[in-house]
Amino acid sequence: MTGFDTAPVVLSIKLAAVTVIILLIIGTPLAWWLAFTRNRLRVIIEAMTALPLVLPPTVLGFYLLILMGPAAVPGRWWVSLSGDTLAFSFAGLVIASVIYSLPFVVQPLQQAFQAVGREPLEAAATLGASPLDQFASIASPMAVRGYITATVLGFAHTIGEFGVVLMVGGNIPGRTKVVSIAIYESLETLDYANAHILSAGLLAFCFLVLSLVFLLNRRFPIEAR
Amino acid sequence: MTQGLQLDCRLDCGNFSCDLRQTLPLTGITALFGPSGSGKTMTLRMIAGLEPAAQGRIAVNGTTWLDTDAGESVSTHRRGAGFVFQDARLFRHLDVEGNLHYGAKRGFAQRSRINMSHVVDALDLGSLMGRRVTGLSGGERQRVAIGRAILARPKLLLMDEPLSALDLPRRAEIMSYIEALPALFGIPIIYVTHAIDEVARLAQSLALISSGRLVACGPVQETLARLDLPPLTGRFEAGVVLDGVVFEQDEKFALTSLDIGGQQLVVPALDLAHGESARLRVRARDVSIARAQPQGISIRNVLKATIAEVVLEPDTAFAEVRLSLGVQDLRARITRKAAADLRLKPGLPVFALVKSVTLDRRLLTPAVRTDGQEDPLH
Repeated sequence: MTGFDTAPVVLSIKLAAVTVIILLIIGTPLAWWLAFTRNRLRVIIEAMTALPLVLPPTVLGFYLLILMGPAAVPGRWWVSLSGDTLAFSFAGLVIASVIYSLPFVVQPLQQAFQAVGREPLEAAATLGASPLDQFASIASPMAVRGYITATVLGFAHTIGEFGVVLMVGGNIPGRTKVVSIAIYESLETLDYANAHILSAGLLAFCFLVLSLVFLLNRRFPIEAR
Repeated sequence: MTQGLQLDCRLDCGNFSCDLRQTLPLTGITALFGPSGSGKTMTLRMIAGLEPAAQGRIAVNGTTWLDTDAGESVSTHRRGAGFVFQDARLFRHLDVEGNLHYGAKRGFAQRSRINMSHVVDALDLGSLMGRRVTGLSGGERQRVAIGRAILARPKLLLMDEPLSALDLPRRAEIMSYIEALPALFGIPIIYVTHAIDEVARLAQSLALISSGRLVACGPVQETLARLDLPPLTGRFEAGVVLDGVVFEQDEKFALTSLDIGGQQLVVPALDLAHGESARLRVRARDVSIARAQPQGISIRNVLKATIAEVVLEPDTAFAEVRLSLGVQDLRARITRKAAADLRLKPGLPVFALVKSVTLDRRLLTPAVRTDGQEDPLH
């Protein structure tokens, strides 16, 4: 067994953390809108949000790769902005992960907001709470379980993704080589020891995270203050 | 500046539409009364700004809340319309104290005599403060919801059938809290209900709503006595309320005499002091009419009256008669045949025989019934 390389692990965690933070920021207003709008466009936006659930990662990765390439407008724009290509970069991986993990964050949040419902928000408004105040003081504490679920699912799903990462990021050590890619590479080079360590580590990690979630869910019954 | 709650607004929800044109008084408690599905809740929601599709104009004591022609619409959290919902809608992630503070911390008027201890005392919330809201009974929930709404210091309080989910003893209990609110906190109340006993007990003014239209508005006694209004209460419950002052207690027979504008009404003993007032409800079907003073009958209450109005109901056996007792009115429901035989017409002096009354306010007799005690007055 050659020296164990921790870089893919660090990179995976960094990628998942950044992705989840971005997803919570853009997923909250999107989930809020989907939960409460009466707009007829809702169905279409909802379907688009759920697309990554059913689309093969290779299809998503293929389109993203094309968009990120220097021939497409977004890719060209990124090159002129940062001097680097979007494809095969960490930034490209983040964008791909955000899109790929979007439903795993938006759907739990949307369900949580729908469970809160309009009723307590209307009550808050009649007590003088502005819409932002209603969100901060009523909806988000009531939807705390939804946030926990969204964070964990988004994080775990990003850690575990393979197809999209391979197509968009390739396998550049320290840049785009995440754990799932590293395991695949270890296998190809018949480095079973390394594959074992990484796989077992990922397995243990996922199990721990999920256990933590279920524990937290028990600790946060929303009736409590 | 026009006083009161001016409504000139519309809302169309496909299969149902509301069209409200009326100025409601903003003093004491105004009951908004009508059958289920007549648009009562929708009216309150339009006033509170919870129906974004509402059109027209709403103003409170001259302050515009909605004027769609001028493109004006004050959002709910800036209106100052407190709302007590039918289902209380307490925040379940907060305890009772947290719910009360939520209203107190935000709220509307800056300077006000309303404070936490005042409200907690008025609604007896002291023992509930640390409780989780999911563990509260229906009556406790409504008390907390009322306290929370008052602590936000609203300009008016909208109450949407706050007692409908409660059993009879609870209803009587909560009513005694509600009737004290306007005087204690200086907040006028618009009170939605479809229970006539709540109207009679709590309200000074009555607005009637039917199929999304406000058909009448005025003092409770006057409005209930009118015969030209659709039978909103159902024939069985149609009647009037009379306000009387205690002037004599007969301990031997356990009777109380009340002065109702110069005439005497005798009812089973009320635990009220001389000079205190009570509100009585007299149903039209419990009033008979005689041309001459009847002799040797068991009915104790024979009042001198003048026929004010006779409405014959075509295709039925019945007629509705409004009788003037001087200051207050009575309603009688008799057969058309009786009206014809007695040749009843406006201006005719008659005797009104009151068979039974219901006591609605300050009910302190050891009664089992809590929706107003009813006894034959023979």
